[in-house]
Amino acid sequence: MTGVDTLLSEYLPILIFLGVAIGLASVIVIASFIAARQKPDSEKLSPYECGFEPFGDSRTQFDVRFYLVAILFIIFDLEVAFLFPWAVSLAEIGTFGFWSMMIFLGILTIGFVYEWKKGALEWE
Amino acid sequence: MHDFAIALPEIFLAVAAMAMLMIGVFQKPGSDMGLVSWLGILSLAVALVLVVTGEGDNVSFAGLFVDDPFARFAKVLILIGSAAAIILSQGFVRREGMNRFEYPVLIMIATLGMLMMVSANDLISLYMGIELQSLPLYVLAAFKRDSTRTTEAGLKYFVLGALSSGMLLYGCSMIYGFTGSTTFGDIANVMQGQEKAGLGLVIGIVFLSAGLAFKVSAVPFHMWTPDVYEGAPSPVTAFFATAPKVAALAMFLRAMLEPFGGMEADWRQIIWLISVLSMLLGAFAAIGQHNIKRLMAYSSIGHVGYALVGLTAATSEGVRGVLVYLTIYLVMNVGTFACILAMRRGDRMVESIDDLRGLGKTHKGMAMALAIFMFSLAGVPPLAGFFGKFYVFMAAINAGLYYLAVIGVLASVVGAFYYLRIIKIMYFDEPTEPLSKPIGMELGVLMAVTAFLTAAFFVVPGVLVNGAAVAAGSLFP
Repeated sequence: MTGVDTLLSEYLPILIFLGVAIGLASVIVIASFIAARQKPDSEKLSPYECGFEPFGDSRTQFDVRFYLVAILFIIFDLEVAFLFPWAVSLAEIGTFGFWSMMIFLGILTIGFVYEWKKGALEWE
Repeated sequence: MHDFAIALPEIFLAVAAMAMLMIGVFQKPGSDMGLVSWLGILSLAVALVLVVTGEGDNVSFAGLFVDDPFARFAKVLILIGSAAAIILSQGFVRREGMNRFEYPVLIMIATLGMLMMVSANDLISLYMGIELQSLPLYVLAAFKRDSTRTTEAGLKYFVLGALSSGMLLYGCSMIYGFTGSTTFGDIANVMQGQEKAGLGLVIGIVFLSAGLAFKVSAVPFHMWTPDVYEGAPSPVTAFFATAPKVAALAMFLRAMLEPFGGMEADWRQIIWLISVLSMLLGAFAAIGQHNIKRLMAYSSIGHVGYALVGLTAATSEGVRGVLVYLTIYLVMNVGTFACILAMRRGDRMVESIDDLRGLGKTHKGMAMALAIFMFSLAGVPPLAGFFGKFYVFMAAINAGLYYLAVIGVLASVVGAFYYLRIIKIMYFDEPTEPLSKPIGMELGVLMAVTAFLTAAFFVVPGVLVNGAAVAAGSLFP
């Protein structure tokens, strides 16, 4: 077998899994469609929100500040995600690894100072 | 040499951009962006000196980053283009309510990304450079945020840029899967001795070149260019048309010739086709345009096509032609956009070609400069634009690509029509409502310098051509 064929055969279990997943999901949906008794009436077909009529359109405008906070959250969340593997492997990566992370944190701090001074953290 | 010494210009520029961000944010709110702009131009000049003082062919950071004569040539062009863009913007940003210090900082960060692109020696650092360049450009395109047209341009650019990044990454993953490496040198070694690339690798190369063609706006991946060029604020358009184009084309050359240099038979037809389509579309689609920024967008698509003629040749001579072409293109475009930025009536910018009526009578100097740029863009000898085309077409003929050269010459004849029409409008039509004076010192100086360089290039072409030859040689071991 050539390299590509070995590579592909390693992925065979994933293909089988994919087939089983699609097959099972379709069987369940189609079976419930065929086997169950269907007696639709207007109450059953109307949209509902926790048992009530929907109160308003779900596509409302919301304040752009939520978006800003979400973006800032993602950046600092990712920073923490980087810190964990760095902390665990610090013994092996040595001073080079240590200073690489310090530079990374320094750049992030500059971004943090910028957003603070710009007032992105103030709600009102 | 130490890794950090090789990447010194980039490191300096990164630190300078962050320092400028801090200086800007600690100024009084609403301060003028003048201080940060001039600091930016100063840092670009220092980076230029650092680039020029580098020598040799050095690979650093475990093969991710390379500093060779080719990269240095492109970096000099990029730094000059970015500095010119900051200078060009000064009058416009103050008049149009874009006077915020983030503007020059974003240009600096984009420039850093471009330097990274031309020095990338690995698919991963190439992608990092592209993203570092693209993200500030998306923001710059939408910088005038209370204008619908500008935000539309920014959003369009962002969505299509993200799409092209996706295609590029897909191509990179295929190439990695079929060669086992992302480093250009290793890919070339794997391919050594093989007659033909496998199907999977060819698919990878196709997707990689499609992604790169998006970045240089070559047909059929050009759709974003006219809308973004028209919608973005004029100085931002001027920036888009100069430095990022140079960076993307230089990166295109390296990404094709270094890893896949031995198998040009596999990719030459792709580049041949996008080159021909770009030249033809650039020539025909610009004829019907009334907005001068849109016209320049189609013009830049055409010019990318001419530059890609040199890549199709895939020889050292071809790369030399592209580098000469890019230098001349940069100078002509800075000059043309200086003229476009001088087109205003009172406080209102105008961008229709008809607004240039009678410019030859009202603004003698500016009309003269614009006429030089238009003749040069059309490729009329003895102006610089002619030599740019001459070197790439010669390279194509020496590589045996006769059809390509013939189509290129025919396309440039068609293209000459709309450049000459602008000259006719300036000199032979009656002025309706003259443009405002004065045009501003910095624009006047840039126009004069670029017009002089365009007109006087034929006196000493050797300086540029020899430099480009040395730079091109470093891509061919």
